[in-house]
Amino acid sequence: MTVPVFFGCAFIAFGPAFALYLFTIATDPLRVIFLIAGAFFWLVSLLFSSMFWFLVRVITNNRDESVQNYLLIFGALLSVCIQELFRLAYYKLLKKASEGLKSINPEEDIAPSMQLLAYVSGLGFGIMSGVFSFVNTLSNSLGPGTVGIHGDSPQFFLNSAFMTLVIIMLHVFWGVVFFDGCEKNKWYILLTVLLTHLVVSTQTFLSPYYEVNLVTAYIIMVLMGIWAFYVAGGSCRSLKFCLLCQDKDFLLYNQRSR
Amino acid sequence: MATTRGGSGPDPGSRGLLLLSFSVVLAGLCGGNSVERKIYIPLNKTAPCVRLLNATHQIGCQSSISGDTGVIHVVEKEEDLKWVLTDGPNPPYMVLLEGKLFTRDVMEKLKGTTSRIAGLAVTLAKPNSTSSFSPSVQCPNDGFGIYSNSYGPEFAHCKKTLWNELGNGLAYEDFSFPIFLLEDENETKVIKQCYQDHNLGQNGSAPSFPLCAMQLFSHMHAVISTATCMRRSFIQSTFSINPEIVCDPLSDYNVWSMLKPINTSGGLEPDVRVVVAATRLDSRSFFWNVAPGAESAVASFVTQLAAAEALHKAPDVTTLSRNVMFVFFQGETFDYIGSSRMVYDMENGKFPVRLENIDSFVELGQVALRTSLDLWMHTDPMSQKNESVKNQVEDLLATLEKSGAGVPEVVLRRLAQSQALPPSSLQRFLRARNISGVVLADHSGSFHNRYYQSIYDTAENINVTYPEWQSPEEDLNFVTDTAKALANVATVLARALYELAGGTNFSSSIQADPQTVTRLLYGFLVRANNSWFQSILKHDLRSYLDDRPLQHYIAVSSPTNTTYVVQYALANLTGKATNLTREQCQDPSKVPNESKDLYEYSWVQGPWNSNKTERLPQCVRSTVRLARALSPAFELSQWSSTEYSTWAESRWKDIQARIFLIASKELEFITLIVGFSILVFSLIVTYCINAKADVLFVAPREPGAVSY
Repeated sequence: MTVPVFFGCAFIAFGPAFALYLFTIATDPLRVIFLIAGAFFWLVSLLFSSMFWFLVRVITNNRDESVQNYLLIFGALLSVCIQELFRLAYYKLLKKASEGLKSINPEEDIAPSMQLLAYVSGLGFGIMSGVFSFVNTLSNSLGPGTVGIHGDSPQFFLNSAFMTLVIIMLHVFWGVVFFDGCEKNKWYILLTVLLTHLVVSTQTFLSPYYEVNLVTAYIIMVLMGIWAFYVAGGSCRSLKFCLLCQDKDFLLYNQRSR
Repeated sequence: MATTRGGSGPDPGSRGLLLLSFSVVLAGLCGGNSVERKIYIPLNKTAPCVRLLNATHQIGCQSSISGDTGVIHVVEKEEDLKWVLTDGPNPPYMVLLEGKLFTRDVMEKLKGTTSRIAGLAVTLAKPNSTSSFSPSVQCPNDGFGIYSNSYGPEFAHCKKTLWNELGNGLAYEDFSFPIFLLEDENETKVIKQCYQDHNLGQNGSAPSFPLCAMQLFSHMHAVISTATCMRRSFIQSTFSINPEIVCDPLSDYNVWSMLKPINTSGGLEPDVRVVVAATRLDSRSFFWNVAPGAESAVASFVTQLAAAEALHKAPDVTTLSRNVMFVFFQGETFDYIGSSRMVYDMENGKFPVRLENIDSFVELGQVALRTSLDLWMHTDPMSQKNESVKNQVEDLLATLEKSGAGVPEVVLRRLAQSQALPPSSLQRFLRARNISGVVLADHSGSFHNRYYQSIYDTAENINVTYPEWQSPEEDLNFVTDTAKALANVATVLARALYELAGGTNFSSSIQADPQTVTRLLYGFLVRANNSWFQSILKHDLRSYLDDRPLQHYIAVSSPTNTTYVVQYALANLTGKATNLTREQCQDPSKVPNESKDLYEYSWVQGPWNSNKTERLPQCVRSTVRLARALSPAFELSQWSSTEYSTWAESRWKDIQARIFLIASKELEFITLIVGFSILVFSLIVTYCINAKADVLFVAPREPGAVSY
């Protein structure tokens, strides 16, 4: 759909992730490393899930349209499970790493805290997931044509861009909540994350009803965002203080109470 | 999925399985782009118009390097053009033109407003009995024949007879937008459906976006003229490690054979006299590699093939006093490439037969559209100003008439007054030496061919039609009336050549076979992939035949399909099947009585055996050879020559056409603005949250929620 659409959709999908990266990750090299490691873990999870999906396809060896469709849904759900599995694996790895670092240097506090790592890993997962799912569509948006000649919705690129945006943000929030659940050994949290991920994934198969898709996804994102905000240590009070610019007193109060 | 079972434990096995599945996964991912399939519908059965260059001009069409996109507008009558030229609100337009509107007037109008035209797609029309279309010029090959302002000025530039009266010269114009031919009716239907769904507004008002659009890619690399593009290619190939050649000269091979074998390693003695029978092999049209050429080329060379077969069957061939050379010139459409090269080779001793050896010259022009049995004999008035040549021509015409007397279905007629020669290879020979020659044609004045060098010069143009219920094999052997008529002409030609070569006794027994003629016509005009063509070709050439008619455009890679098929057909019709084995066939020097200097040996597929399980190949011995047909201008590097043909074809990278929907410019900019604002907004919010992170989160943390 030409260059303006390419840049527009790229900014929509990756704008917030870029902003987050620029202001929070890029300043510290250690965070960059953890971000890239998180992205790599997501890639490996995709590799495994695609391998399983392909094996299943080859084994069933059925050319029937509906069977292929069911296999695709099965593959997507399996991929969600494997992604969450790899999130758990990354958590375990980070836990071991931070314990190892602490044993070497018990006084210094150079390693980021687990909450920070949760956020970084979530962002890593999100960026990789977004890039992988959207880059192909983005490159096609550079051409002169737009979707629609076979009857699909002409808003395909915009919808994909907004969906990618919501997936990236959701991965960030899921990361925060998931790691918190692992830290506190609250397994129901892990299950909730898995379930919401499954819901978001499954309802994308409802296309071309893009509006239902997007609205549901954004609602889930807002809910997860609020949950992650509380898990990360925010509260209504701190938000009020921040917005009303009464931060100095709050900081002093915080320092003393620590 | 196969498991790798190694002998040594599970580890290498599972690693191998992982690697295998990884590579298989990768292979599966590279299959196809599903988003691209949602957007574009490619048009596969199209023919582009490409750029050709000669010494001074460029002709043809050009697109921009990344293709030309335009909103489709279907033009079915002249009034529809108004929308494209002035009224339409969304230029540039891609015009889908009905075939019958592809005329000079319409093209002049479109050429004048290039800012509103992105390109043109032409559909095939159904030619009827009164229509005509010839994109060739009215005076073909003007300036490269014998008549010029200094020699025969009253005949030059077709002053006396306009040969191609119906020609509009479109194929020799230069267009700055791409023009494609839509060959498949189904694709045309798809395009028209897309147009009707999206491009028609309510009650004549402007249609709303998204609109159906088409993109044509046919970017040509060569510009201005042959001299420029050859110079650029030359510089590239001399100085560059990775040379970028921009054009190629049009070249191919002439097919020639002798009635009595001659030693090709040396030249002929000057006292050996040769009668030349010539015709042309090629045609062209406005579009690249579409050249059915039924009347302009195929009928003529098929007739000559049949005449060659008939003459070879005469009993006393080996004792004739003169030899007969059958030659099929390639590239005559483009200022006599083949014949000018042969004359040049003859003059410079590079061809076994020399100009001095030529006794007389009989050429077959267009012969399939005879009215009332007349076959006209055209001769050159300028060379006949010389008394001896005049007498020789007189004898030649008398011999022809005598031979023609035995065939009542063909009436040989002389022209009433002196007239120029029609465009023919004889003209190039007369440029070099005054020989007595005649051109046999079905027209006395201008051509009877209403579709000279166009896409409509097909089998229907010469009334070659087959009943619908027959199978292809039955069609192959079905003798049409046209085939019978051409066989009669071939009989006349064969008898005349026999008498010219000095034969007397068996003239009336020489008869051309209508079965051969009809099989050749079927193969060249209807379906090349038939059993007879397959049996006469070599094994590795069998893929050159497909289920459609052969196209007789000279092209730049040689030899073309037509040249090969004519070569092998002539070998089959005039040669002999020998008992040599395959190895002997490839190297007959060891075999006694066989000589590679005198003959050509080819190992052909042969017919199927009775069970149809395998073929019975054989070694065919004939005197059929190929002679290079590249214009002497390129041999001498005289790229702006006016003496020899300088036609060259541009190179290109990508030729394709596709349709898709396009969105309005406003929607695109809205998308860009929305994206930009989201980016700026998220930058601002992130900065603020980052700055206030200590306040927002009890433990130092980076921002999480972007609250809506």
